[in-house]
Amino acid sequence: MSQKPSELLFGDLWSYAPAPESPSHVKYDKRLSHFIDGKFELGENHFPVINPATEEVMTEAPMADAATVDRAVKAARVAYEKYWRPMPGKERAKYLYRIARMIQEKARELAILESMNGGKPIRESRDVDVPLAAAHFAYYAGWADKLKYAFPGLEPRPLGVAGQIIPWNFPLLMAAWKIAPALATGNTVVLKPAETTPLTCWKLAEIIQEADLPPGVVNIIHGMGQTGAAMVNHPDVDKIAFTGSTDVGKIIQRAIAGTKKKLTLELGGKGANIIFEDAALDQAVEGIVNGIWFNQGHVCCAGSRLLVEESVVDQVVMKLTHRMQTLRVGDPLDKNTDIGAINSRAQLDKITELVQAGVDEGGTKHQPVCELPGKGFFFRPTFFTGVSQSSRVSQEEIFGPVLAVLTFRTAAEAVEKANNTPYGLSAGVWTEKGSKIFSMANALKAGVVWGNTFNKFDPGSPFGGYKESGFGREGGRHGLLPYLDLGGF
Amino acid sequence: MLPSSSRYIPPNSPTIDEVSINERVDKLGTRSIKTTAKIQGLKLCIAMMDLTTLEGSDTPGKVEMLCQKARQPILTRDDVPQVAAVCVYPPMVPIAKAALAGSNVKVAAVATYFPSGQASLSERLDEVRRTVDAGADEIDMVISRGDFLAGRYDKVHDEITRTVEACGEAHLKVILETGELQTLDKVRLASDIAMDAGAHFIKTSTGKVQPAATLPVTLVMLEAIRDYYQRTGRMVGMKPAGGIRDSKLALKYLVLVKETLGDAWLSPDWFRFGASALLNDVLMQLETQRTGRYQSDRYFSLS
Repeated sequence: MSQKPSELLFGDLWSYAPAPESPSHVKYDKRLSHFIDGKFELGENHFPVINPATEEVMTEAPMADAATVDRAVKAARVAYEKYWRPMPGKERAKYLYRIARMIQEKARELAILESMNGGKPIRESRDVDVPLAAAHFAYYAGWADKLKYAFPGLEPRPLGVAGQIIPWNFPLLMAAWKIAPALATGNTVVLKPAETTPLTCWKLAEIIQEADLPPGVVNIIHGMGQTGAAMVNHPDVDKIAFTGSTDVGKIIQRAIAGTKKKLTLELGGKGANIIFEDAALDQAVEGIVNGIWFNQGHVCCAGSRLLVEESVVDQVVMKLTHRMQTLRVGDPLDKNTDIGAINSRAQLDKITELVQAGVDEGGTKHQPVCELPGKGFFFRPTFFTGVSQSSRVSQEEIFGPVLAVLTFRTAAEAVEKANNTPYGLSAGVWTEKGSKIFSMANALKAGVVWGNTFNKFDPGSPFGGYKESGFGREGGRHGLLPYLDLGGF
Repeated sequence: MLPSSSRYIPPNSPTIDEVSINERVDKLGTRSIKTTAKIQGLKLCIAMMDLTTLEGSDTPGKVEMLCQKARQPILTRDDVPQVAAVCVYPPMVPIAKAALAGSNVKVAAVATYFPSGQASLSERLDEVRRTVDAGADEIDMVISRGDFLAGRYDKVHDEITRTVEACGEAHLKVILETGELQTLDKVRLASDIAMDAGAHFIKTSTGKVQPAATLPVTLVMLEAIRDYYQRTGRMVGMKPAGGIRDSKLALKYLVLVKETLGDAWLSPDWFRFGASALLNDVLMQLETQRTGRYQSDRYFSLS
């Protein structure tokens, strides 16, 4: 075996055999239905739903038109007045606990479905997405009967009917983040999953029906942009919650201007992962990897900009290069896969275009040498050196496994560069000096600041952005606020 | 005594984030090792084993039994490698040497007044020389934890360099006794000092103190070896010892090596397990891969 002096060889001397999770027991319909007023109903104008790792059509989903949206909102309104608003909090809580428990019981099926439909590795859906989704329902179940304690001295009231539109990067988890607080606070819901990833939400509708939730409390409809627009524009929706791109977020905000609708937006990000020379460097490198390469970088709060103190940039780049070689890109259903499929052809094209732009602008592209599967939408983990604040790869949200490496000289410069973006969703700070973490966290304009870690979520921890990353928080006591009327607050 | 002009300056070892190390270990623990990968990994574990007996009650009979097992771990198949070495106390070295004659199994011996190391330097070096003269191929020494914890890094370094000298042709493994060092920062510093001083291998523990080898400690030591290799071009081996009782855990250690240091370290020349009960569990797992059934332990000879 040829190994250059001081070079490491991560080869095939002992290679992992395929370890596929079998999808044989996972069942879904050849044609998905809307879930309205407690019943599944077939729709029209079906569009194909694809497995991004194989490019095979898994099923098809209906496109809800304005009339379908109207029926869903009406069902939600009736359920709100008849069942949900009058129900005491502790009874609402029971339904939420039941849903949490059922998600746990069907965890394996949900995880496999999420990986097949969305492309993320089974290890991620099994260990992160599904457990967090169940935890979110369980957490907000606990708040349902304690709203007066959440806001002492105030009389919190639900808003009514919430229209919720969620993205394709964490389908089941985003559904949990939306539905759980809405229900806990006494609101009813019309939710639309993203067009590329309807399957786990469709499965969640089955769970909700099995949980015997009163009909119309949660309605799950499918569709594309027009369906979302119909929800946003519907006059009887009291509240819109949207997670997705900043561009669409702006469209929505314009659309509801002048109406009485409440709005929360969770939009894009270009998170800065800041590594000081006094960080625990090997562990910081692991934080970089977690920040940008897991879930294929399809994370709004991804650490997509690495800001590293100039005195250690060579060391960090070398460690990152080695670390990148042991990342396994491949079949999402293989338990040893680290990086799965990109969610869609469209997203793959966008990533490819931006990476090419990075090269054209003079950046140096770093990628591991590895085989990609013959079919499916796959992209190697990538990082750029030789780019600056002004490069496209440093400014635009790529939403893929692509990292821009930038340097700084002082903490003040790190703050300045980190904040020099229209986004403000997340940041990471790596240093062994505790006081620096606090001073950095105070100075960074990011809704979430992680200290010596990254991409850590908990239902009790409020999540959301500054600036063009949106407004409103999900998680924790703060996550109740968007769904309540506090009487003038 | 070192003249002040050549006083050893301890390395600028990095601090270690314990939470992140534990997370990395957990994540690497999710690697699924099946079928061909499992069989290959299990055989590698056998080839990497230092079969060990270090008891006050060791007798020539006990050592001979261990050596026979080392040469021929299992009768019913011929695709199982011999273990790397047998590890004994110094007085047992001639017994082991005779019992292993003609095989490729090495004789390793603990020396420097294992496990405590509480003796004068000259006494410790003397024991090393006598043990090498008796035929030991490898020496496992213990560092002076008292001196280390008191900040006498120069003394620790000096004692290791002297021991390397005293070993002559024999290889030296330096036992850090990580259970007594307690923090990962100290494990990293001790690893760096030992490698600076010329260790051929760094080893976690004597097995006489709890905790012995753990996955997080091992990962820290592997990362230290990697950084040292990057800086100097010299490879250093690693040996976790104590507490590795089953195949599943042993394979997790191999995953750490594979994903931290890569192919070059996946050989008995650069990685060893200090274990005794592990061998029969690995053999049982290999047989299960072959037959599809688990056999009871009466089918696997005692070592």
